[in-house]
Amino acid sequence: MKLDSKIPEGRLEDKWSNYQLKSRLINPANKKKLNVIVVGAGLAGSGAAATLAELGYDVQCFCYQDSARRAHSVAAQGGMNAAKNYQHDGDSVFRMFYDALKGGDFRSREANTYRLAELSAPLIDHYVQQGVPFAREYGGVLINRSFGGVQVERTFYARGQTGQQLVLAAYSQLYKMVRAKKVKMMVRHEMLDLVLIDGKAKGIIARDLVTGQIKRFAADAVVLATGGYSRVFRLSTLAIGCNGSAIWKAHKRGAYFAAPSFTQIHPTALPQTSDSQSKLTLMSESLRNDGRIWVPKDKNDTRNGNDIPEEERDYYLERRYPSFGNLAPRDISSRAAKERIDAGHGVGNLKNAVYLDFKHAIERFGRDVIEDRYGNLFSMYKKITGIDAYKEPMKISPAAHFSMGGLWVDYELMTTIPGLYAIGECNYADHGANRLGANSLLQASIDGYFILPNTINNYLEDALKQDHPGVDHPEFDKVEKEVKSQIEKIMAVKGSRTVDDFHRELGKVMWQECAMSRNKQGLERAIVQIKQIHAEFWKEVRVTGTDNEMNSELEKALRLADFIELSLLMCTDALQRDESCGAHFREEYQTEEGEAVRNDEDFAYVSAWEYNAGDFILHKEKLEFEYVQPSVRSYK
Amino acid sequence: MYSHLCVVINKHIMKVTFKIWRQDSPKSKGVLKSYETDGISEDMSFLEALDHLNEILVAKNEKVVAFEYDCREGICGQCGLFINGRAHGPHEHTTACQLHMRSFKDGDTIVVEPWRAAAFPIIKDLVVDRSAFDRIIEKGGYISAKTGTAPEANAMLIPKEIADASMDVAACIGCGACVATCKNASAALFTSAKINHLNKLPQGKPEQHRRVLDMTAQMEAEGFGSCTLTGACEVECPAGISIASIAEMNNRYVRAKLLG
Repeated sequence: MKLDSKIPEGRLEDKWSNYQLKSRLINPANKKKLNVIVVGAGLAGSGAAATLAELGYDVQCFCYQDSARRAHSVAAQGGMNAAKNYQHDGDSVFRMFYDALKGGDFRSREANTYRLAELSAPLIDHYVQQGVPFAREYGGVLINRSFGGVQVERTFYARGQTGQQLVLAAYSQLYKMVRAKKVKMMVRHEMLDLVLIDGKAKGIIARDLVTGQIKRFAADAVVLATGGYSRVFRLSTLAIGCNGSAIWKAHKRGAYFAAPSFTQIHPTALPQTSDSQSKLTLMSESLRNDGRIWVPKDKNDTRNGNDIPEEERDYYLERRYPSFGNLAPRDISSRAAKERIDAGHGVGNLKNAVYLDFKHAIERFGRDVIEDRYGNLFSMYKKITGIDAYKEPMKISPAAHFSMGGLWVDYELMTTIPGLYAIGECNYADHGANRLGANSLLQASIDGYFILPNTINNYLEDALKQDHPGVDHPEFDKVEKEVKSQIEKIMAVKGSRTVDDFHRELGKVMWQECAMSRNKQGLERAIVQIKQIHAEFWKEVRVTGTDNEMNSELEKALRLADFIELSLLMCTDALQRDESCGAHFREEYQTEEGEAVRNDEDFAYVSAWEYNAGDFILHKEKLEFEYVQPSVRSYK
Repeated sequence: MYSHLCVVINKHIMKVTFKIWRQDSPKSKGVLKSYETDGISEDMSFLEALDHLNEILVAKNEKVVAFEYDCREGICGQCGLFINGRAHGPHEHTTACQLHMRSFKDGDTIVVEPWRAAAFPIIKDLVVDRSAFDRIIEKGGYISAKTGTAPEANAMLIPKEIADASMDVAACIGCGACVATCKNASAALFTSAKINHLNKLPQGKPEQHRRVLDMTAQMEAEGFGSCTLTGACEVECPAGISIASIAEMNNRYVRAKLLG
């Protein structure tokens, strides 16, 4: 299949309006006859479900949690970018587009990334109207702050709980449409497979997580908004339930998976303290606005951070990247931390952390100002570590955080399966090989509120004229049977190891070989190890209880089975891409100073992988740069 | 099978006994069962200690304890446990996922129960059904504005004091600790937080009276008790929402009745 990105014609700034002009419309009376399934109820999913329902479609929305308000978008702390130029500091849509394209190391489509910046300003208007209490000046106008990888202030925020406030806004709009009986909300339901009829997405099979019942749901189109898959590393900043199963099942049914190995490692999470840990808590990147990152110059220095004098500290980000300093982008900051930790300069009991120090900021602005800006983050830090960060520096460490990779989508956010859309973090679209901070809430929201509701008509207009197959179609029988047999198979193993035990093993391999830096030998080794884990899993996993009741072990086992397969594709992708770009750092391709060496001649394309009975076939979508010529990405 | 759990560097390892509410289904009878555990490190979060217990149960071929969690960083509101007679455990303003085992001692017995309220029926073990909260939101916990209809954000000035006060209550994570800890099982703190978040803001004014009346009516219909202003809720609220919010809601209710 040839990949058609469906980029509209015209100048960059006209493409989205040109698209909308040419896109087909459906009259309100006919929209009522069409049913859309939205899987996931985070920012992308809730926004899409609510907006599609407002437009008149019948929507069924699914989430595995007990309420849509829990979705992990809730955990984003620092903020959301928008090119409003309220600070009068030279910002514009084009600059924001340029920052995101460069931040992604020129591995995303210009048209998509431009649209991300273009729709950011109306999105702020939208959220303010919905009642999001963004931070404000005394005069009543909105405040901005700065984030990594940019030199202007364009980030809007609601204390350290921006994601929560946006989710609550989206969730409230969703329930507004539940009340209007245009959305049927299916909480505690997890999608286990996709149903295709005549090659088109026409429904899903889901498990009721309370009763264990396997259910069928039919629709005219299916939208996946299922978030990121960084739990493949086990330890990550993600919620424990986050998983890659929906997109993986879609991949196995024919959706191409793009750039699976592009995963972002966040530089400022709390360090791991033991093997029994279930997650790594994120400390917002916004802290890098005022906090300074350093390690002791002497690697054998065992003094407390406060006792180490200035001249014996290495502010390595300021040293290596003087123009961006502590606000260097995430991939670069994480790698720089890893470099110092690997060189033996790490701090803390396990020497696996670096300091994030607010001493200077508190001296300069006073404790009150710092408390106003980051109070909840400091108190969270204290709850978890027992340490008062107003008095001594925080210890932070890199952690798996975001999946730039995901299902390949065209400009309409449709996957390679007709009628199957992927929105938010689960697609690969706007961020290239590295996402800039505060662009994630933005992308999820824009996909859900603004883009999908404008592109799905173009497909559904045809669906209107076709049959609307119900759940009694033989394809539903077939897929449901496969789902049930997978569950029976996993229950029947009755081995000797817990699901978590396998997850720890997989996570270690992936963190070692497919995280911040990769190399050929390591990736080849990882592929062998993952295949062994796969074989061992299906021989030795033990799930207790039954499949017809609430059973968290079964849920975890099904998700892990998919993660194991997905991790193979991630390593395959990382191995194939013989260059370093963004978060994908291949040790073989670096300068003498340890900076990434990109290879545009051979790799200026999006890797889109097709599933082929346990193996993967590579398709390439060539990236054309008309408006910005790719340059060496420097933050020095 | 779980030997790795004992490999914890420089950390104090404890034995604790969990007494946990086990109940197979909404209708079946529940009972407190005791489980002895070893290898609990003080750095473990409370939920990680329950993970650890569940791995032990799997090793013994037993059903795991059903309990709720997701973000494990105190913001999603999905976890909710009554620990030693207190919502979310011994500390104020903390979720169960942010409670750490260093708050307990070697040899302790820890009693773990689900939220108990008529409006939160038990589904299994420690898991309860909090969909009543969603139905309260459904009755007006939103601003009726369609996507695409928003005016320019800075066209509407909102004084910092108003935005901050709105954010103070908007911070509610919807965990239900307020209900669980209240002797009347009242949802007044939760309901007031959403009403006040929206009604304080200029965007929320057009629907303010209807919002108060509809949401409080739903709160009663769900079977939550009445608030007698004991203040128990504000002690446990992870978001630190004050009962002044309930007083404000009552005030808004009276005004809505008069003007609405």
